[in-house]
Amino acid sequence: MKLNNINIILADDDPDDRMLFNDAINDIAIATNLSMYPNGQELMDYLLSDDVILPEIIFLDLNMPIKDGMECLKEIRKTKGLEHLCVAIYSTSSSEEDIENTFVNGANIYINKPNSYKKLKVALKRVLQMNWQYHTSSLNMNNFLLRL
Amino acid sequence: MKMNVQYDYTLLCKTVLENVLDRYGLSYNLISTGEITITSQLTPEQQSELEQTLKAYGITILKNTQDILVQRIKDAITELLHDHTKNRTYNVSTYLAETLNYSYSHLSAVFSESTHTSIENFVILRKSDVAKQLIIEDQLTLTEIAFKLNYSSVAHLSAQFKKTTGLTPSQFKRIIKKRKTQTIRS
Repeated sequence: MKLNNINIILADDDPDDRMLFNDAINDIAIATNLSMYPNGQELMDYLLSDDVILPEIIFLDLNMPIKDGMECLKEIRKTKGLEHLCVAIYSTSSSEEDIENTFVNGANIYINKPNSYKKLKVALKRVLQMNWQYHTSSLNMNNFLLRL
Repeated sequence: MKMNVQYDYTLLCKTVLENVLDRYGLSYNLISTGEITITSQLTPEQQSELEQTLKAYGITILKNTQDILVQRIKDAITELLHDHTKNRTYNVSTYLAETLNYSYSHLSAVFSESTHTSIENFVILRKSDVAKQLIIEDQLTLTEIAFKLNYSSVAHLSAQFKKTTGLTPSQFKRIIKKRKTQTIRS
């Protein structure tokens, strides 16, 4: 089985973080199509549009203006057709309670924003590989929980 | 009314498959999980229609020989993990080599090339997945789960679980429980 092009979406209001993510994703030897949105509202507008191409993974920054990551997560899990999407929360807040809360609200993955480009690459690679394993091995996506 | 269920996935899949094949009026033989001989003749159009119907149930027909072997390896691993007498007597490499009739090095090479991960990593991932399922079903204690999956102790299970998922089994259990209460409320 070959790894086909994986569609990834990132929603993050910080342009530097978006650029770093873009570079890291392109540096990983897995074929991906990355789309980025600067806030949750634009993300949701796209996901709810008629010609949406559903992504294999959505990375959500928690702190965004207009609509933040948590609101998006809750909305995604409540919307028919989107509820099974793989959602990764990508954030700098790191209280145990907050982290657990994101999983309780339906996140599959929690990534503590790494402080180096190298660590970011390693984390993203791990996420992509794990996600792909789940897809190709009929493992239960509902139970896909990963914390990095 | 609230209902909690447990699934026998093997029986479930077998029943769905048989239902579809019966619907098409085909005569067939189920050799093992994932291996079927269809004795009726099928035109290419019928074959592609059958393929589409099965796909709607999440059943994919494998065509590539490498994919087929990889799937058989995964099925054998799952079988081994669910059978606690077997998984105590055999280790994975011996079991796979004997069951599939290839050397373990050949199986390893094919598996890694196709899935971009090793058999060992896959076994660990699968074990964590079974552990998660058992934790959710809430019928067994962590000690019983550790025993069932042939871990030397709960600590061993927890360590591997944490390495795979980043969470401890108890954190996982707590999250799942909170998720359930959340869905009931909304």
